[in-house]
Amino acid sequence: MSGVSKSFPGVRALDAVDLELERGEVHVVVGENGAGKSTLMKILAGAYRADAGEMLLDGRPYLPTDPEDGLRHGISLIYQEDQLLPGMSVMENVLLGRWPSRRGVVDWGDARRQTSRLLSKLGIDLPPHASVADLGSAQKQMVEIARALSIDARVIVMDEPTASLSDREIERLFEIIGELKRTGVGFLYVSHRLDELHRVGDHVTVLRDGKAVFAGPLSSVATERLIGLIVGRPLDAYFPSRSARVGEIALRVQGVRRAGVLTDITFDVRAGEVLGVAGLVGSGRTEMARAVFGADPPDGGLVEVGGRSIRLGSPRSSVDAGLVLVPEERKTQGLVLPLPVVDNIALPNLEIFGRGGWFDWRRARRDARHRIESLQIRTPHLGTPVESLSGGNQQKIVIAKWLARDPRVVIFDEPTKGIDVGGKVEVYRVINALAETGVAIVLISSELPEVLALSDRVLVMRGGRIAGALDAVTATQEQVFALAVGRHVDAA
Amino acid sequence: MPPDERVAATADSPAVEQAGSRHLVVLRLIRGLIAQGGPLLGLILLGAVLTLLSDRFLTVANLSNVAQQIAVIAIVALGSTFVIISGGIDLSVGSVLALTAAVFAIAFQNLGLPLPVAVVLGLASGTVLGTANGLLITAGRLPPFIATLAMLSTARGLTLVITEGRPLSSFPDEFRLLTSARLFGEVPVSVILMLALFLVGSLVIRHTVFGRATYAIGGNEEVARLSGVRVARTKVAIYALGGTLAAVGGLVLTSRLNSAQPIAAQGLELDVIAAVVIGGASLSGGQGSLVGTLLGALIIGVLRNGLNLLNVSSFWQQVAVGVVIALAVMTDTLRRRRR
Repeated sequence: MSGVSKSFPGVRALDAVDLELERGEVHVVVGENGAGKSTLMKILAGAYRADAGEMLLDGRPYLPTDPEDGLRHGISLIYQEDQLLPGMSVMENVLLGRWPSRRGVVDWGDARRQTSRLLSKLGIDLPPHASVADLGSAQKQMVEIARALSIDARVIVMDEPTASLSDREIERLFEIIGELKRTGVGFLYVSHRLDELHRVGDHVTVLRDGKAVFAGPLSSVATERLIGLIVGRPLDAYFPSRSARVGEIALRVQGVRRAGVLTDITFDVRAGEVLGVAGLVGSGRTEMARAVFGADPPDGGLVEVGGRSIRLGSPRSSVDAGLVLVPEERKTQGLVLPLPVVDNIALPNLEIFGRGGWFDWRRARRDARHRIESLQIRTPHLGTPVESLSGGNQQKIVIAKWLARDPRVVIFDEPTKGIDVGGKVEVYRVINALAETGVAIVLISSELPEVLALSDRVLVMRGGRIAGALDAVTATQEQVFALAVGRHVDAA
Repeated sequence: MPPDERVAATADSPAVEQAGSRHLVVLRLIRGLIAQGGPLLGLILLGAVLTLLSDRFLTVANLSNVAQQIAVIAIVALGSTFVIISGGIDLSVGSVLALTAAVFAIAFQNLGLPLPVAVVLGLASGTVLGTANGLLITAGRLPPFIATLAMLSTARGLTLVITEGRPLSSFPDEFRLLTSARLFGEVPVSVILMLALFLVGSLVIRHTVFGRATYAIGGNEEVARLSGVRVARTKVAIYALGGTLAAVGGLVLTSRLNSAQPIAAQGLELDVIAAVVIGGASLSGGQGSLVGTLLGALIIGVLRNGLNLLNVSSFWQQVAVGVVIALAVMTDTLRRRRR
């Protein structure tokens, strides 16, 4: 297999990326969140279609129409979350959709033989009839690998395969990868765990903003250099400046925890301060925001707003205390898409705009018109369903709906995700304006320049914990990234 | 997107901004009717065809009869519209209707309580059963389909237990007036009651915190929860309302038949759901209107009545209702997709 070149000019998710994968090679792809790794994998597997560029498989043009077509060509993608049917057995999952049968009747004996053969080839000790629901995450992964082999996969794409594995399980995975390499299977291996890459990978491609900024043998780049390549983006000039005065502590979070998700989350934010939260995907940032706000109830801890502790796990009591959340998934958690602009802005304020249970439409419209003006939301009129607005304007409506409550603390979770540059700048202005009026801001973002430029301080999360706090003025992207991946480097 | 379709999509929202002007309720109702497009057109067409085919259709006596017949379905469907807009479903309305009617009849006849007290007891038992549905769904975390399916069986069983399987008949004239008395010449009191309930319901769904929360929960429950809407409390209130209105339907039916039947209103839930979806509500929630539901109930009533006048057997009537449900929802879906 040689010569894979892709480009995605519209969203610039991938910008003319070249990638070569030899038989029996492990090719590592690294990059920040949103650098284009997933897009690349999905195009290769056939889940997305490229706008331009071409792929060659064994010298012949390869253009998968869907993931099944990709599978037929021997390209198998193993996602971060397992794609197994929990209620079915190992053998049913391994041979999913390709169960051996005669005239529509499944031949279970043959299915068991085939599965056993594959499992023993991988050196996996699992009974074929075991239920997948009873397996651990490592075993599930082995089942997925066995499934990939059952279709004679020539290329296996793995997304963060070690994210949920223990050290010993990782060893086992690397052994299996090594064995399969010898039989000529090529691996595209995507991972954030930089320290393990040198042990498993042969070549590396570094993606940044959809471009391949480096490609070469992994042995030629040390981990420190790799970090530099991954983040090495200059601070963009489009961050507006802010002159907020930092006041009293507005939000205090102490020892908030959720079993298996969050451990000892402790921090505070002052009025007028912007606290950035950085970390890799899966480091627990969104979970932290949801636990503090009460969307997912924490197992314990303390959350105080303005010196008064609030009831844990109750969005309602958070909202009443002035702690609000602008969630990451605005379309599923922030907006009722088919409802008009005015209904969405009024949603948290039904009682404020009501008198004795009756809802005051005039007040709701007046408020909505006021927010539309002050946040410069572009909408044809108040009755327009929010689903027809642009991403940036939708985001501003999620912000607008909270403003009638004069919040003390606003948690923004990835507020600029999927928004074009112009929209981003407007969101930055809104965040700054809020801070200037004395609102405490918690800003979660995967875009390091954004976090560093907008925040006063930056918390870095890793594995559900706060890995460290940095002064945003002096911190570098390299320092943040090193904390996020758990590796200490000296400031460049 | 033509303006009338946009209104249709969210008929009970201020889809078109009316800068602060106060509207007469009647005016708004007419606008709502126009916004209904599909169902209204269907009803007019159906009426026109039946007028041509039978000279007995378009008479005051017949139309008043149709209105009388749909009153029970429509009143129960009023509650179910709230339930369905909130993204739920209530399969228990028929059984709840029968049980509340039995409670009323037993309180009045066997216990000898005064008529107003018996009426209040009947209504209250509907509220209690609806609240039970709501608690099963929120506190018990059962899907609405399962919770109300359980209630369907439980309430029907309890009805048979407390009535010992026998109907309770013969009620005083003042109770029979609910369906026998006619105002303005030909309009039965029960029809006036139905229209009054729809008027109040329209105001509630549009102009109260409760009504707006109902739409928000059906549109996206998680967004509503994260926005501080009291989702569980609102849902319990929605099902309690549904139970109460089923009880109102039970009183109307008992008055009309002069008898509380333990097997009354079996299968009513299907007619009720049909009326709501013919009226443009989406079973996935967030969409629907009370005017639509009233039209949906009328379409079912007019269709049955017309087929009776034309001497079509009741077996074929069932087929016709099925076809109408499929057609109504299909045209509605296609119309929306074109936007």
